Amino acid sequence: MDPVGLLFFLVGFLIMAGIYAILCLALNVQWGYGGLFNAGIAGFFAVGAYTSALLTAAPAPTHLGGFELPVLVGIIAAAVTAGLTGWAVAKICIRLKSDYLAMASIGIAEILRMVIVNEDWLTNGSLGITNIPRPFDGLLQGREADILFLAFVWVIVAIVYLVCNRLYDSPWGRTLRAVRDNEDAARAVGKDVDSFRLQTFVIGAALMGVAGALSAHYFRFLSPEATEPLLITFLVWVMLMAGGSGNNKGAIIGALSVWAIWSLTEIVTNRLPAEFATRSSYIRMLLIGLLLQFVLQKYRSGLLPERSPGIAFDKDKDKTHG
Amino acid sequence: MMEFINFYLIPGLALGSIYALGAIGISMIFGILRFAHFAHGDVMTLGAYGTLTAVWTLGLHPLLALPVGIVFAVLSVLAVDKVFYKPLRELPTIYTVIASFGVALIFRSLIQLVWGSQNEVFIRGVQKPVVLFDLLRVSLLHLEAIAIIVGVAIALHYFLSRTQTGRSMRAVSDNAELARVAGLDTEKVVRATWIIGGSLAAIAGVLAGLDTNIQPNLGWNLILPMFAAAILGGIGKPMGALLGGMVIGLVEELSSYPWLTDEPLINPSYKTATAFLMMVILLIFRPQGLLKGRLF
Repeated sequence: MDPVGLLFFLVGFLIMAGIYAILCLALNVQWGYGGLFNAGIAGFFAVGAYTSALLTAAPAPTHLGGFELPVLVGIIAAAVTAGLTGWAVAKICIRLKSDYLAMASIGIAEILRMVIVNEDWLTNGSLGITNIPRPFDGLLQGREADILFLAFVWVIVAIVYLVCNRLYDSPWGRTLRAVRDNEDAARAVGKDVDSFRLQTFVIGAALMGVAGALSAHYFRFLSPEATEPLLITFLVWVMLMAGGSGNNKGAIIGALSVWAIWSLTEIVTNRLPAEFATRSSYIRMLLIGLLLQFVLQKYRSGLLPERSPGIAFDKDKDKTHG
Repeated sequence: MMEFINFYLIPGLALGSIYALGAIGISMIFGILRFAHFAHGDVMTLGAYGTLTAVWTLGLHPLLALPVGIVFAVLSVLAVDKVFYKPLRELPTIYTVIASFGVALIFRSLIQLVWGSQNEVFIRGVQKPVVLFDLLRVSLLHLEAIAIIVGVAIALHYFLSRTQTGRSMRAVSDNAELARVAGLDTEKVVRATWIIGGSLAAIAGVLAGLDTNIQPNLGWNLILPMFAAAILGGIGKPMGALLGGMVIGLVEELSSYPWLTDEPLINPSYKTATAFLMMVILLIFRPQGLLKGRLF
């Protein structure tokens, strides 16, 4: 591969890794902080992707709208609609325990998928939406534009990372960990457990919507295939488990490393003889499945395990109160 | 009226039988091992492909080649339990749930590697419907499915109430601690659970494959209605899961019957959504199910 080709392979790799990093950070808020088993990540991702695509794309008779709004408006709207969807889902099933929440969230994600495939007037069904713009379109042409988009994605990753870190260290985050680790004790000291869980779920869902919007803008095209649960929900779970749930740096490292494994195996399997190459994606799925089992058995806390901040005592205050 | 029976009621019962066969295993595993087995649909797919291979090599009718598929599915789940689930048994069960997602993926990718991802059929050509009294026109497969579920119901009832293993399984499902203290061999119970769950899943997979065609996502696409059935019947209650499966299958098929106007009540492309919706509603309002199952 020539150096320029390699550079753009790397750019494409980092853009996708950045989108996955946002999904991982979002899942970390829900699962790592709050212990909520969301198995419907693809659903919130899809809501965000379609919202932003419909608001920013050029008008077309085949689907609703095409309002040509600025990309940033699209992304914010994606966070809002995905957050609202998350709020509705959480309102109904936040009381459910882990396994049941997993079933309910997969069920809702599948219903959303059916709506996207079947409601042609809204989404143009399986043919998808074309002409989705990118931010700063026209500033750079061709492949150079990818570099600009790369910077845009990672600026958003950085913002999300800082917000998530702040949330983790805040009293809000501390309460959330208390709820996760001992629900009854948290309830006993007067914390509104359900309300905290609801907030966590909504924040996570909104961030997943942002990731969905970014992927729609990156590909400039959106069809139901882009919201395949296997590539979204499952891969993100493996990333977070491998990176370290509860740790935001771990979430980003997990996204980068698992996406690296995924992309590198693609290079290797593409060089196999033709009869194997068609089956290469199954070999990758198999590897990812085995990787998850390995992580679960040997590295349950991930590459960067969770480290709760120490509790700072105000010593002078202690003295005065005797 | 005959149209209702021929095109809605009988297919509904047949679909219900497929769901029921899968849901019994899910309910037993949830009751005894205390986790939602998300790879159960892919166990069905394994059973279907195992049977398909036997049909190809031995040239038997799929239902006669079924034992091969059953053995294949049972050996696979026993191996998976030993390698992937057992090491996590002492941890919070959510880890096993995550592991089962991984196993689902492993099963599916192995199937795609070995058999490819194209659609396969057990029997080529159009099957003639069975005509009874000039009025009933039903597919033979649907009659077979209903006959199988009746047989399974009788056998299951006998097994759970009359045999030592069956009673041990119910004991562990009702109170695992007490069962262990009373000296029951839990590992033996776990093994029996996988054998029964795997066998019934394989039968369900073959029936589902006969009904449409066989492809790697065959079982995964059925997992949610089967969970719905297991919850509807009450977790840990195999007979409840059987009943739940029939109800979910019927609701799914009958939801597109023109009940009110000449149009189908619910657009057939949303047929499956009715099952998911029922599951979500159940989880919220009656998670213990019809037969007072366990809540974890």
